[in-house]
Amino acid sequence: MQSIVEFKKIFKSYPGVIANEDVSFNIKEKSIHAILGENGAGKSTLVKILYGHVKPDSGEILINSDLAIINSPSTAKNLGINMVFQHFSLFESLTVAENLILGMNENISLSKLKDKSKTICDKYGFNLNLNSPISSLSVGQRQSVEIVRSLLNNPKILIMDEPTSVLTPDEISKLFKILKNLVKDGLTVIFISHKLEEIINLSDFVTIMRNGKVVSTISTQNEDPATLGYKMLGYKVSKAKQVSDINSSKDIFNIKNLSTQSKDPFTINLNSIDLNLKKGQILGIAGVAGNGQKELMEILLNENDYEFSGDIIFKDLKINNLSTFQRKSLSISYVTEERLGHSAVPEMSLSENIFLSMNHKSEFKKGDFINFEKINSYASDVIKNFNVDTPSYNVKAGKLSGGNLQKFIIGREIMSNPELLILSQPTWGIDAGSEAFIKKTIVELSQKGVSIIIISHDLDELLEVCHQISVLYEGFLSNPLNVEDINITKLGKYMGGLFD
Amino acid sequence: MSIELIIGILNIVLISTTPLVFAGIGELVTEKSGVLNLGLEGLMLVGAVTGFITLVITGNYFYSLFLSIISGVILSGIFAFLVLNLMTNQIATGLALTIFGIGLSAMLGKKFGGTPINGLNPYYFIVISFLLVFFVAYFLSKTKTGLIVRAVGENHNSAYALGYNVIKTRYLTIIFGGVMSSLAGYYISICYAPMWQEGMTAGRGWIALALVVFATWKPWRLLVGAYIFGGVAIMQMNLQAIGVKLPGQFFNMMPYLATIIVLVFISSNKLRLKLSAPSSLNIPFEKNQ
Repeated sequence: MQSIVEFKKIFKSYPGVIANEDVSFNIKEKSIHAILGENGAGKSTLVKILYGHVKPDSGEILINSDLAIINSPSTAKNLGINMVFQHFSLFESLTVAENLILGMNENISLSKLKDKSKTICDKYGFNLNLNSPISSLSVGQRQSVEIVRSLLNNPKILIMDEPTSVLTPDEISKLFKILKNLVKDGLTVIFISHKLEEIINLSDFVTIMRNGKVVSTISTQNEDPATLGYKMLGYKVSKAKQVSDINSSKDIFNIKNLSTQSKDPFTINLNSIDLNLKKGQILGIAGVAGNGQKELMEILLNENDYEFSGDIIFKDLKINNLSTFQRKSLSISYVTEERLGHSAVPEMSLSENIFLSMNHKSEFKKGDFINFEKINSYASDVIKNFNVDTPSYNVKAGKLSGGNLQKFIIGREIMSNPELLILSQPTWGIDAGSEAFIKKTIVELSQKGVSIIIISHDLDELLEVCHQISVLYEGFLSNPLNVEDINITKLGKYMGGLFD
Repeated sequence: MSIELIIGILNIVLISTTPLVFAGIGELVTEKSGVLNLGLEGLMLVGAVTGFITLVITGNYFYSLFLSIISGVILSGIFAFLVLNLMTNQIATGLALTIFGIGLSAMLGKKFGGTPINGLNPYYFIVISFLLVFFVAYFLSKTKTGLIVRAVGENHNSAYALGYNVIKTRYLTIIFGGVMSSLAGYYISICYAPMWQEGMTAGRGWIALALVVFATWKPWRLLVGAYIFGGVAIMQMNLQAIGVKLPGQFFNMMPYLATIIVLVFISSNKLRLKLSAPSSLNIPFEKNQ
């Protein structure tokens, strides 16, 4: 087999970070080639360079042994390179057909497009309704649209950036079947992932990246998840300790029959959600992204006066109409999904960010003025206790790496001694070291009697730290499953909406 | 009311509404691609004065129309360069364009105020304005280029990722909008008035902007909306003629009052606005290199 893509000494830096350094490896024709690495290892940057979306500082790419200068996505497409993005590049308000036409290099009529896409759908088992608007589709269906759109151009190389992160286990195995058939028909697939099992099941070769550099390129034949994981991380990460029993039987937080009736088609309506949380319990809310997680978090926070029916009860007190700060005063703390822009203001210092979140506490004020002494000492305590790597509390929040900022934010909330902590995607996109630290902190906190809700797409994380897991599917919340009784098949069924 | 009076009123409505249709349909295309150009008023005034001066000097309608259009291309081209290449704030730049246009047109037209000219027949332009709405509606909904314009306005990052030239598309829609505004101005000073007077567009640029929102970015609704506004504007004269006793200033403010009421009404339904507005409107596009 001949090499279809050759990377030669690719170098790309951003202010303060080297994304790719001296990256050189080859991709064989008609193979599935995985690129493995942690978040921030430089995988996405590398394939964006191949797709002409990002310009490298130096280095060359050879396609079929010829030097290729790819300076825009359209040149890449002319070379037969197509890409399916991690965050889909679909147009929400346009129909499937319009989205497909936009992806085509040539001009074709609607009827011809219908024929062509039908051929592809039948051959590989996609199921698309050309007239539905994208906003009405599930995440899995959206991905199908993206793949069909790429295939319509008869590509030679298909890049897929973390294609499985938004799919249910069922949808993943379907996707794998399709990809394998495509490779049989002559396509080369470049597949980015940080999930080890997937790579071993699917790909022929794997290139492992760490901190922007290639560690090695190997065949997956003789590898197993443990050996690959070791190569990816460069060290072994200790797992968070499994949680102890819950001592108390007293409910601290309840949601009763909560529903929303929004007419906005871009939001998911929640359907009679019931949830009970005991003191010291950790409840995980799993589910594929876009099944109502955002809406649930908004109601728990009450930032936008979301209208709903049903009751939210904290320690026998109905808190339906209480504002965010009133809820915080009752000792409920929140860590939202977006670190920059929601949990923290990037342009403001760490101290100032403490005040913004804690301004319901009178100890941080002197009359109408800010008590900076108190705030600064609080900030130093957070930095010290939660291993935040920063020179001082005067550093702007935006300067911290994702993992450090997340430790700071979680630390900030924990230090205010909450009785209930609600976290959304607590370890999304951060380094393995910080991730392990945060998981450990969460478990220790619950042992001290703090109740915790974690909304997350990351099943492994939930299985590791939670007592119970419920699944959100299209606005319905499943009954809670005890972690000891859970297997992946059952969870997969739940994530596809098949509750008991 | 006699038949003659009704026909007379309809005739005046047709004649007075056409500039709103021109400026509105141009802005609609610009906004569909995700750019908000608040400079309509300035573009209209410069288009009006350029056409007028050229006509006075050369006496040639073709030259005057041509130069008026060129003024729109140049001014909107500058606007496009500022907001697309230098990524200045679209709102501030648009306001600056309006203020600049008001000042420039006043300066250029100083000597020409009150100069008599032979006006053009407005009916050509009225017919063209209807054809234009039809053409834009067809272009946006049926052609691939129109689809690309909508895609760029909907999500410029995705459009770029698919290989479309976001900047070029927006240059073209901004310049189209600029030319349409110049035409609206040309029509006012050459057909409608016909004369030059400082600030003679009298806020029609702002009404056209409001019309685009009123029409929820749909060409046919824009046409209907424009005629409703035109009708309100004409009604003031007729009410005065019938003898309704209210201060004249009250009648003068009616079109603007109607604009505000309609905008409040439209914005009261946030969901409807969110669903129909181009998602990338007023968001600068930056290639991530």
